[in-house]
Amino acid sequence: MAHISDLIATDIAAYLKQHETKSLLRFITCGSVDDGKSTLIGRLLYDSKMIFEDQLAALEADSKKMGTQGQNIDFALLVDGLAAEREQGITIDVAYRFFSTEKRKFIVADTPGHEQYTRNMITGASTADLAVILIDARRGVLTQTRRHSYLVSLIGIKQVVLAINKMDLVNYSHEVFDRILGDYTAFAAQLAIERIIPIPISALVGDNITEPSGNMPWYHGPTLMAHLETVEIARMAREAPFRMPVQWVNRPNLDFRGFSGLVSSGTVYPGDPIKVMPSARMSRVARVMIDGDLPYATAGQSITISLEDEIDCSRGDVMCGAENPAEVSDQFETTIVWMNDTPMLPGRSYLLKLGTQTVTASVTTLKHKVNVNTLEQMAARQLELNEIGLCNISLDRPVAFDAYAENRDMGGFILIDRLSNETVAAGMIHFALRRAQNIHWQAVDVSRTSRAGQKGQRACVLWFTGLSGAGKSTVANLVEKRLFALGKHTTMLDGDNVRHGLNRDLGFTDTDRVENIRRVGEVARLMADAGLIVLVSFISPFRSERQMARDLMPAGEFFEVFVDAPLAVVESRDPKGLYKKARRGEIKHFTGISSPYEPPENPELHIDTTRLSPEAAAELIVAQLSARGLLQGDVA
Amino acid sequence: MSGVQNLKALFRLSGIRQRDIAAAVGRSEGAVSQWVSGEREIPADLVQKVEQITGIPRHRLRPDLWEYRMPNAIEAALRAAPDLTHLQRLEAESIHILREVVAEADKPVMLYSVGKDSAVMLHLAMKAFAPGKPPFPLLHVNTTWKFSGMIDFRNQRMAALGLELIEWINRDGVARGINPFDHGGAYTDIMKTEALKAALDHHGFDVAFGGARRDEEKSRAKERIFSFRSAHHRWDPKKQRPELWHLYNARKNKGETIRAFPISNWTELDIWQYIYLENIPIVPLYFAAERPVVSYNGMTIMVDDARMRIPPGQMPVMKKVRFRTLGCYPLTGAVESQAATLPEIIQEMLLTTTSERQGRAIDHDASASMEKKKQEGYF
Repeated sequence: MAHISDLIATDIAAYLKQHETKSLLRFITCGSVDDGKSTLIGRLLYDSKMIFEDQLAALEADSKKMGTQGQNIDFALLVDGLAAEREQGITIDVAYRFFSTEKRKFIVADTPGHEQYTRNMITGASTADLAVILIDARRGVLTQTRRHSYLVSLIGIKQVVLAINKMDLVNYSHEVFDRILGDYTAFAAQLAIERIIPIPISALVGDNITEPSGNMPWYHGPTLMAHLETVEIARMAREAPFRMPVQWVNRPNLDFRGFSGLVSSGTVYPGDPIKVMPSARMSRVARVMIDGDLPYATAGQSITISLEDEIDCSRGDVMCGAENPAEVSDQFETTIVWMNDTPMLPGRSYLLKLGTQTVTASVTTLKHKVNVNTLEQMAARQLELNEIGLCNISLDRPVAFDAYAENRDMGGFILIDRLSNETVAAGMIHFALRRAQNIHWQAVDVSRTSRAGQKGQRACVLWFTGLSGAGKSTVANLVEKRLFALGKHTTMLDGDNVRHGLNRDLGFTDTDRVENIRRVGEVARLMADAGLIVLVSFISPFRSERQMARDLMPAGEFFEVFVDAPLAVVESRDPKGLYKKARRGEIKHFTGISSPYEPPENPELHIDTTRLSPEAAAELIVAQLSARGLLQGDVA
Repeated sequence: MSGVQNLKALFRLSGIRQRDIAAAVGRSEGAVSQWVSGEREIPADLVQKVEQITGIPRHRLRPDLWEYRMPNAIEAALRAAPDLTHLQRLEAESIHILREVVAEADKPVMLYSVGKDSAVMLHLAMKAFAPGKPPFPLLHVNTTWKFSGMIDFRNQRMAALGLELIEWINRDGVARGINPFDHGGAYTDIMKTEALKAALDHHGFDVAFGGARRDEEKSRAKERIFSFRSAHHRWDPKKQRPELWHLYNARKNKGETIRAFPISNWTELDIWQYIYLENIPIVPLYFAAERPVVSYNGMTIMVDDARMRIPPGQMPVMKKVRFRTLGCYPLTGAVESQAATLPEIIQEMLLTTTSERQGRAIDHDASASMEKKKQEGYF
């Protein structure tokens, strides 16, 4: 590897000294399939002399075998990694490349440009300081260019290099360059990009990559490499208020208790007053350390802090400068980028990870989605893969946060599917919809336990789930009769009946089914709060929503009863004639036929209706309730 | 999001009606509505009053007049302080990853292969959990064909740092006489890949730290920092979770395990510079010394013990050699070198013309083979 610096050969110690102080720039490249993105990255690696001779030999051989450049080197082959994409001739995922010059180390997120991979671009951009947007000079500003620029601005990148590529194919025309630049600036005015640096290049030939091009004397700006080496990186938010999400409590022995984390903004000194959010407990910093004590620490460093007082603080809390602590709320307006094949349904509950806090969240309102090509706002009831929407979200408890525009780490979150555990979305907090300080649970003097005790029982919810016609209502009715005969106080929520009243505005799409169950879960909880034994008989086809209803109740007071009957059996019973209609296509979204039923994985009770009569099933359930002590009350 | 929209939202959030604000500051409701919509600015003399009523901080109400300011002395010190260097940023990222795993895993382990990348990873772990020790054991999968110098160094480091090391050897493979001379690719598979899977399964580790770097080869460049393996330890490059910001989703499905790569974003040069800067001990085999070698399969192989099959007609000769990577001695080519100090090694690396992994026999197959190996469970 013939390196540029003579110091390597002559004075390696001086060279190392110089390289110790290099800074780091992370950027992404975005372009369409044929804009020459891989070629550009390959060229940057090649021109910064980061390619070893054996790699170069392999590259030359590969270029002849499968390259697209005849006898010339195909730089794209340097970076097209996985076998699958080599076969397709396109890049399919985010890849990270590294190169280094005298002044900087660079990490490049190489992200694909085609539409179905918005997810990958957002991922690559989330850690980038700058974006290089490629334009094919022959084709100008395309739909894709607009999409890439919108995504770049959405994720909060303020600096863009507009690399107008393939200038060699337009005779290095100044007019072409000016026209494209004009088109782009007009479009970009509506985005939040602060600085656009246009550079005319040819990645293939090497014009204005590391050496100023002799072919374009009309261009007086920097080469691409010169710009990347000197562009000022935002100074890591050092002067912003101090924030450190606590990752881990370090307690090696009784004498030391430290709080470890990555400083996301600001600076912290021993002696500084701090506030731990959301609890707002205060203390003072005793020591700031990595493996030894530091005079101070600043944004971007992973440190451990010990405090002067023994206060309650654990993973998920955020240490803040006492004068400017993070806000706390449990409802937000956010932008959500959906990244999964299973669509986002308002009302469904997901896990939300923000910093080191993990909570349960659901989208309460999908205000609109954004067409990434035209920036138009469109009405929507759900978000599909790669769609972006403005959403209000609600959490099960308040979290400490800052607006994404002010602090990426304190305002950027992911959503995780509770069943598949996949990361399904990225989100950005704009602002809180209400302040947590204003929410008070009205304290009640008469508790649910005492209400239930008065009735000689314990409050609980019996949740019957199963296909239409499985016998849920029949069994639930029998159970209620028996409980009534035993002098217990019950109530029944039946799917069909609730749809005539409370939920009459809802249909049978997935989105509406989620909302249907959410409302019923809340009603069941209110009735259980009144001390009742609540019997709920709903198809409730999705695991997520049954889980949500379960989470509303204290542990041990939710009984999922799976009334199990094979589809063939219920279809032959077909008491309401619904399956026939569904088979004829007269009913849309019918569970078991045209809409899925997800059977419970661990129900408290599993009733096999092919073996057990409804009477026997009811007896079994009542016996179970009795065995668990629910038919005797504690008087509180 | 413009400042105006933000202000509107803040007023709405305060829950205080415009009428009440107007009454409290003695202005008309129309005036207040203009402040809220951003058409007019709140007069400077009223800002603190509005702050009192609504709870909206003054630097939000009139950012042009009030700024959030740090004490001057601190601000001056900060301006003078240098930016974090690339090594400081890499170190901070790695420590953050190590801590995330420990916070979220049930039973983590660190794969320790004794080489320079493992040395850096271990050094970072010591920093991440100081003043305590890393709260997980180290695991070394020993093929029984490692350089004896590696095993000596390993034992000495563990004793010096007071750490727990689990050594795992595929005893069945040893009993069957599996060796690198006769069994080629099957050797690596049985003594390394299968042994690793067996060790993880046996101990029930759910997350294993590995010292892989994205610059090593192409398929690594796309691998996530938290990389999931199926119950059969297979990697599915198409089913990787997106990793945004500093957020890692460590939730596993039944039977899944995670390989976590804290030094993903380091390059070979970064590793050497960090070793130099932090004075991290490494195996002496990295430094040039006179060693007995023979020529074998086109590589220069050190005769580390009597098991070496010396090709007929050859005698071991003493040459000044060193190793750029370390593994099983019969599969690891030496390079002739004079580099006996760290700066000399770095100098040689920067001036040299062959890349790091060329010394390793495993990569010599078709260029996509590493991806295949990984799908099958090679680390």
